[in-house]
Amino acid sequence: MRRANLLVGAALVGLVLVIAAVSLVWTPHDPIRVDPAHVLVPPLQGGFLLGTDGFGIDVLSRLMVSARFCVLVGIIAVGIAALVGVPLGMVAGQRGGWVSELIMRATDVWYAFPALLLAILLAAAVGASTVTAMVAIGVATVPAFARVARAGTVQVMAQDYVLAARAAGTPPIRVAARHVLPNIAPTIGVQASVSFGIAILAEAALSYLGLSTRPPTPTWGRMLRDAQTYLFSNPELAVWPGLAIAVAVLGCNLLGDGLRDLLDPRLKEVR
Amino acid sequence: MLLAVLRRIGIFAASLAIASMLVFAACAGLPGDVAQVVLGTQADPEAVRQLRIELGLDRPLVSQYLSWVGGLLTGDPGRSYLTRQPVGPDIAGGFVVTLWLALLSMVLAMVIGLFAGMLAAVRRRHLDGFVVSAFSQLGLAIPAFWAGILLVVVFAVGLRWFPAGGYVPLLQSPVQWLNHLVLPVVALSFVQSAVLTRYVRSAFLDVLAEDHLRTARAIGWRRFPALLRHGLRNVAVQVVTVLGLQLATLLVGAIIIEQVFTLPGLGSRLLQAVSERDLVVVQAIVMLLVAAVLVINFVVDLAYLVIDPRLRSGVRRQVGTA
Amino acid sequence: MSTEHGSGGERSEGVETTLAVSDLTVSFGRRPPSVRGVSLRIGRGERLGLIGESGSGKSVTALAVMGLLPEYAQTWGSVQLAEQELLGMNDRRLSRLRGSAMSMVFQEPMTALDPTMRVGRQVAEVFALHAVRNGTGATRHRVLNALVEVGLGEGERIANAYPHELSGGQRQRVVLAMALANAPDLVICDEPTTALDVTVQAQVLDLLDAQLTTRGSSCLFISHDLAVVARLCSSVAVMLDGEIVEQGPLGQILHDAEHPYTRGLVAAARIDRVQRGERLPTVADFWERGR
Repeated sequence: MRRANLLVGAALVGLVLVIAAVSLVWTPHDPIRVDPAHVLVPPLQGGFLLGTDGFGIDVLSRLMVSARFCVLVGIIAVGIAALVGVPLGMVAGQRGGWVSELIMRATDVWYAFPALLLAILLAAAVGASTVTAMVAIGVATVPAFARVARAGTVQVMAQDYVLAARAAGTPPIRVAARHVLPNIAPTIGVQASVSFGIAILAEAALSYLGLSTRPPTPTWGRMLRDAQTYLFSNPELAVWPGLAIAVAVLGCNLLGDGLRDLLDPRLKEVR
Repeated sequence: MLLAVLRRIGIFAASLAIASMLVFAACAGLPGDVAQVVLGTQADPEAVRQLRIELGLDRPLVSQYLSWVGGLLTGDPGRSYLTRQPVGPDIAGGFVVTLWLALLSMVLAMVIGLFAGMLAAVRRRHLDGFVVSAFSQLGLAIPAFWAGILLVVVFAVGLRWFPAGGYVPLLQSPVQWLNHLVLPVVALSFVQSAVLTRYVRSAFLDVLAEDHLRTARAIGWRRFPALLRHGLRNVAVQVVTVLGLQLATLLVGAIIIEQVFTLPGLGSRLLQAVSERDLVVVQAIVMLLVAAVLVINFVVDLAYLVIDPRLRSGVRRQVGTA
Repeated sequence: MSTEHGSGGERSEGVETTLAVSDLTVSFGRRPPSVRGVSLRIGRGERLGLIGESGSGKSVTALAVMGLLPEYAQTWGSVQLAEQELLGMNDRRLSRLRGSAMSMVFQEPMTALDPTMRVGRQVAEVFALHAVRNGTGATRHRVLNALVEVGLGEGERIANAYPHELSGGQRQRVVLAMALANAPDLVICDEPTTALDVTVQAQVLDLLDAQLTTRGSSCLFISHDLAVVARLCSSVAVMLDGEIVEQGPLGQILHDAEHPYTRGLVAAARIDRVQRGERLPTVADFWERGR
């Protein structure tokens, strides 16, 4: 029962990843080409498992390909956030003093800055695209990683074996690489899982507003936007993409919870 | 105590200043010549140059920044490049709509979250506690705008209990105002209450395990009164933290919900301004939102001082990771 | 039972046995019982030391007496406080006894007090909660008095302070004041001095000794430290793996113990008896698990 979180979470995330991978080589129907002949076919008819949308495109195929982009944005965004945030947090944790104070105050302000506003500004600047979405979400997620990294670093630095290493003259960089990093890696992993879920939600919101990938590239958020036009006639079109998002994010959250429980029930991640 | 308050005011003011610089720099740094955009790509270069001078774009950046800030402090965020109309009144109406949406959602989310979180913590070994926890887990995974769309499908299209969109000002008709806000507020608060439930539950679990609660019972308090009297204050710190963070997310969420329900709030105005490249408006709205978030954080910081006496003497405490 | 203060008071005067525990068994969920068939008797004004290693069930016994076990704990047997059966009593009635007829002092003073409330107010709560019993309820005067009695001389300053402004020793004294406030029949102490410095330990023990004598309260003193117990208690019970293996007057336990485990404990505590060059005695020399 304790492992339920971990297993279910891993299974759901795995499912999404597999679907995304599969979509690279196969989908039931063409996910991009508009087909006026088969517009708004109801589910389970004409070989379309979930029906077709207002463009005549198979919903299932579109869902599958969308998985690919949502996952991509999530991974890159989390990657950016970790690559910038973790070193920042580690420096703050190791140095302490005014450096730490400065970084932490900055991240406090930074943390309050929503990804959406960033994405809007970027969109205004260079036009919306997958890249702007990735960058916006990534940059907005940096403070979460910085905080977790700092907290973990402070804990590790207080350990006796680190004090011993420092007393022996080990340069801070080596201490960071050899002692801090391996020990905070699990917590960072937990945070990554949680942030991945948040990134998917953020990307969905952005593509709903038209601030992410450009058409005709499908994403779940865009599918929801398209579905909104047909709410009165084909309401079921709005169900599938949202469900996909929910499943993916639920998986990430459960995975994060499960990992955290595995490591230490007292740990808390930053949302 | 006074020192602690002053310190926080100082940090708030500094943050506000820095934020304004960042917003200005971001907007000023956007590629493209504003005057060119306004007049179009076919425009006469001389006309473009004239317009630039007219709009004050030839002045040094610092000077532009200072006059912008000066305007902000007197309540005048400038005039739109496109319409030449003052931006202030333009966005004031939108701000009111967004604010209502955010506030009502916050209140609803708080009520649900506090109650559900307490239930989930105290009854965690029973079925009802588990069900609440499971629900909150679901709420975290659902995009707010999807919740909104589903609500429209069920309650507006299907049952026809509420309108699918649009807005009626409070002063015009309170009943209609409420009618149009029910679905958006529920959609937004659904997700927020899930987050709050999780945090409140976790905070209560922490408190329930604390020694001083055991002491309270040992001196004769019964379970529930002990929790109320000696537990709530300690829960309050964590809850206030979350509220502060969530208010910011709420504002952003409101922008998106406005799209679902076609509410004339800041969100739609912002997106419109972005597509029109009306930078003055964009700058003003972004600054407004950022300022709102900073004000909320400031109030939360002050609230800590009231709740936790340990902070009044300047004892540093790591807050914000919940 | 005769009453002393006000009406409805439950103070017992002419009763000989303050605490009578018979065949107490406690288990949590499906795990084997943490406490098995424990029987204790504490007379009026008597102090019983409960000795045992960590995990032997001492604290669980104490919590069972106070009725502070978690909801999923199951108890069998009998616990009588001044001939009132506590097991199975509803929480409402039990909470009236807690802090008035019986009280408890816990091990960790640093976290025992509410950090968001001034100390004086927390002491006042003990008086206010049981105003029926002690007649006048909480007054500034009573609170300050209570603090002075436990050696916190600058009553005013202490009363207005928050817990984090006091030292561990001071906080434990406050906890003691709260436990003694309503002159309980029974005071349970669960390793109250273990977390304190040695010098502070001695002071707090002396204080406890004096206060218990003044009020004529009985005491169940739990510890793993035989020396501490010997200082304070007149009789000792030894607990091992959830059971009482030996019980008797202090002198008998120290000099004439029957159970090998007890003898091991005593020997390990009497390092003053070890000759030069001899190995320090351990419990294992006398008794081993599984024998």
